[in-house]
Amino acid sequence: MSAEPHYTLYHPRWYRHRVSVWWWLKKGSYALFVLRELTSVFVAFVAVVYLWQLRAIGQGPEAYGQFLARMKTPPFLLLNAITFLLVLFHAITWLNLTPAAMVVRLRGKRVPDWAILAGNYAAWLVLSAAVAFVLLRG
Amino acid sequence: MPSTVALAVARYRPEQESEPTFQSYEVPYRKDWVILDALNHVKDQLDGSLSFRWSCRMGVCGSCGMKVNGTPKLTCATFLSDYLPGPIRVEPLDYFPVVRDLVVDLTDFVRKLKQVKPWIIRKEDKPLAEGEYLQTPDQLDTYKQFSMCINCALCYSACPIYALEPSFIGPAAIALAQRYNMDSRDEGAAARLKILSEHDGIWQCTFVGECTKVCPKHVDPAGAIQQYKLTAATHWVKSLLLPWGAR
Repeated sequence: MSAEPHYTLYHPRWYRHRVSVWWWLKKGSYALFVLRELTSVFVAFVAVVYLWQLRAIGQGPEAYGQFLARMKTPPFLLLNAITFLLVLFHAITWLNLTPAAMVVRLRGKRVPDWAILAGNYAAWLVLSAAVAFVLLRG
Repeated sequence: MPSTVALAVARYRPEQESEPTFQSYEVPYRKDWVILDALNHVKDQLDGSLSFRWSCRMGVCGSCGMKVNGTPKLTCATFLSDYLPGPIRVEPLDYFPVVRDLVVDLTDFVRKLKQVKPWIIRKEDKPLAEGEYLQTPDQLDTYKQFSMCINCALCYSACPIYALEPSFIGPAAIALAQRYNMDSRDEGAAARLKILSEHDGIWQCTFVGECTKVCPKHVDPAGAIQQYKLTAATHWVKSLLLPWGAR
């Protein structure tokens, strides 16, 4: 620990394995983990696009028109398509990890993982439906 | 069904070689043999110089952890029949220094286990005459899973964070801390908070989740760490909002 420095005896004959920079390619689950971590960049990108959109709205109809036109160009369409897939991957893997972190007890018994997952997915569906309703109503 | 199966066993003889090499052994194939039986056959019949640790042969002592075809396993609970036709690669656990052949040095692991104060801490011990501390089955149930750890260190060998940040206190130690934190008889959570929530504690964990996958006793150390993150974060918010109340 940082507070109490720990010294190991010198053992010149012990073999110490070096960790390769490519450790995350050695196993499928490690690669998926690193992909999950990298998707956070795209989550940040979504946030930046939202801020950009809000700014355009604040600047009036003309600026907003320009924003929409820019979003319709092929590079942005491609980028947004990739972002959509990766953010979906981010959301699903994140939800799938929640039962490990959330321990809910009802009458002394732990609520099973599938029930917590079902609750989370149901909440996701309801919220998405609510957002879709607000957007598509007009 | 084959009559023999090949083992590719990692050898490291520091007096002869500067890094590990593989040696092949042809061992009899038997349906009821585990990897450890095959290694003992090698040791007894083929090559007495092979070094490895083992003791109970029944998944209790936690001594015989090795990598089998790249995955950390208890070799006493890993059957040859699941790895046919072979060859089966047997290597020492990752991220610990190799002393010889399949034997690794676990000093760092044991030191970390001790750091989390894995014993029941009471603010005031009640006198012996008053009897034992009672606990209901439901109270036992909250931590029992975390108490099943046999200290085999497979979770450290599966953890890329421990590989990259050797100062990380690690999965088994945090699960062990949770075992005591959640015990209704224990009052030491505050004493463990400092060790667990500082830089080398829970916040190093990025939830790869491999520790839980390789655990032979279904302890779920990844779950223990995420649950403790929630506890520590709640404690931090409380200490921010209620400067006196939460301490």
